[in-house]
Amino acid sequence: MKPTDPAITWLEEKPLGLTERLYLPLFLQGLSTTARHMVSRKVTVNYPEVRPTVGNPLIYRGVHRLNRDDAGRVKCVACFLCATACPAHCIDIVATESPWPDREKYPESFSIDELRCIFCGMCEEACPVDAIELTSLLDLTGKSREEMIFDKEKLLSVYDMTKDAEPMKSKTLAAGGMATFGSAPGSPAAAVGGHH
Amino acid sequence: MNLLPSAATLAALVKIGLLVGGLMTAAAYLVLLERWIAAWVQDRRGPNRVGIPLTKVRLFGLGQPLADGLKIILKEDFTPSHVDRVLYNAAPLVILAASLAIFAAIPFGDVLPPLGIPGLPDPVPFLVAPGLDVGVLWVFALSSIAVYGVLLGGWASNNKYGFLGGLRSSAQLVAYEIPLGLGLLGVVLAAGSLRLDTIMNAQAESGVWYAFAQPLGFIVFMVASFAEAARLPFDLPEAEQELVGGYHTEYSGIKLLLFLVAEFLHMITAAFLIVILFLGGWHLWGVTGASREIGWIQALLRFGILSGKILGVIVFFMLVRWSWPRFRFDQLMNLAWKVMLPLGLVNLVTVAAVEEFRPQLVAALGPGLATAVAIALPWIACLAGWVVAGVFTPSGTDNTPILTHDPLDIERELAEHERLERAPHDVSPSELAGSR
Repeated sequence: MKPTDPAITWLEEKPLGLTERLYLPLFLQGLSTTARHMVSRKVTVNYPEVRPTVGNPLIYRGVHRLNRDDAGRVKCVACFLCATACPAHCIDIVATESPWPDREKYPESFSIDELRCIFCGMCEEACPVDAIELTSLLDLTGKSREEMIFDKEKLLSVYDMTKDAEPMKSKTLAAGGMATFGSAPGSPAAAVGGHH
Repeated sequence: MNLLPSAATLAALVKIGLLVGGLMTAAAYLVLLERWIAAWVQDRRGPNRVGIPLTKVRLFGLGQPLADGLKIILKEDFTPSHVDRVLYNAAPLVILAASLAIFAAIPFGDVLPPLGIPGLPDPVPFLVAPGLDVGVLWVFALSSIAVYGVLLGGWASNNKYGFLGGLRSSAQLVAYEIPLGLGLLGVVLAAGSLRLDTIMNAQAESGVWYAFAQPLGFIVFMVASFAEAARLPFDLPEAEQELVGGYHTEYSGIKLLLFLVAEFLHMITAAFLIVILFLGGWHLWGVTGASREIGWIQALLRFGILSGKILGVIVFFMLVRWSWPRFRFDQLMNLAWKVMLPLGLVNLVTVAAVEEFRPQLVAALGPGLATAVAIALPWIACLAGWVVAGVFTPSGTDNTPILTHDPLDIERELAEHERLERAPHDVSPSELAGSR
């Protein structure tokens, strides 16, 4: 864009007025702002004891889960759309013929490397059957790299653990929105990390 | 021959031990206070984890200084290969020694009640070197020597950031020593002494702190102290964002620690001087009188009031850090030479006039009204000087080039450029200069 472009509006800096030149009024203004923040409500929390509140679990991108359908089966149809969409290449699916009549394939194994994942949510966007979702679990820890590769059972167990606090998003949205959500469950990290 | 030290020597040693221990502890805890205030101002909670080591007791994070200190002492003390080793090693020692030696002349309380120890003159003052008639000179001479540490560190580092930090420090200190001295002169003139304890006593006796009697001097001294202590908004020698720490860029480990401790000692010194010279020292109306005959409670009370005032000034220093952006260097120089220096002179002349004609005032108006006039005159001078300085002083150096044409006229720029490109050899230097 040229500086001569008519779309640009060039503004002149305003000359200092008497209050600005005398410095003291602005001095007091600055000091009062600082003093007000000294005693104002703090935005950080004492983390391990106090858990941060997740504003809207529907749009929070935390640990993944694999949803179950009404019969308790994995919803995934092994279409590989999530693995294709994944920019970090952290999803590994082995598909096999489905034992059920309602679909052709299902994942024999489904693993996500949580250490490679960048939590962008593209897998959730790509999924045509709402099988993979990102929960609002935000503290994910482990003691080894192997432990951080979540297999199908672990991802399903994340669903079992979070389904009460965070119902499946397709159902929630159909039922009329986000207001039905409570906050995230307490200390889920230990439960996730401890499961094998 | 009597090899045992005298009682006075022993008393001085005890005082030195208490003072150095207290100052080092204070510096460590001021780091914590600084971090707390930084956090609170930014709506954070600040360090609140470290408590008593090896236990789960947290104590609001009061163990943090121990952890911080241990960490920085145990870090590798790395010396880069390109430094001037002698000066590089001397710099932290110079700055710390000078900053600590200042406190020899600074009273940190009033006096103890008579102890009755043989050989020890009673009452015992809270002062390492009692009866030093040039106390103020000592303080200012040593605070100037402390600057050498900064300069040496910046120079010996052989690093452009370190060098720029040292350079800025020297220019800033030269500029601000003068308003600092002018602010001080008014107080010395009014108290008639260079002894800091006498200056405190003078304020206690009259009950009028010099901050009220000489408002302009107080403001000038305060601003200059911020610059002397290199605190924001005058922390250009360090300026993390542009100079990567300035003069201590190349330092690490315990040498860096010495620099940082010295920096906090500078701030403590500045707070001490502000309180002693302008805020009445240990005096507080209705709590501590001017009496020289005091008991234990009164002695401890005076010590506590002095410490409390100093803490208040330090908290103000720290609040200011998060309230204003750093000055640009030309603004800094403008403020020193074009605002603070004239204002300091105005204050000095006013105070000198008031002190000169005080006997005549008292004779003409009576003592009460004379005091009121003696206080009112400097306030009028302060307001007038402030307004004049605010209205007529430029807030910075205007470096905008004087242009003969519209700077946004790109077509003209391009035509000019093309003309020069086409016939570079035909254009004479004078024509080149004229075309700009």
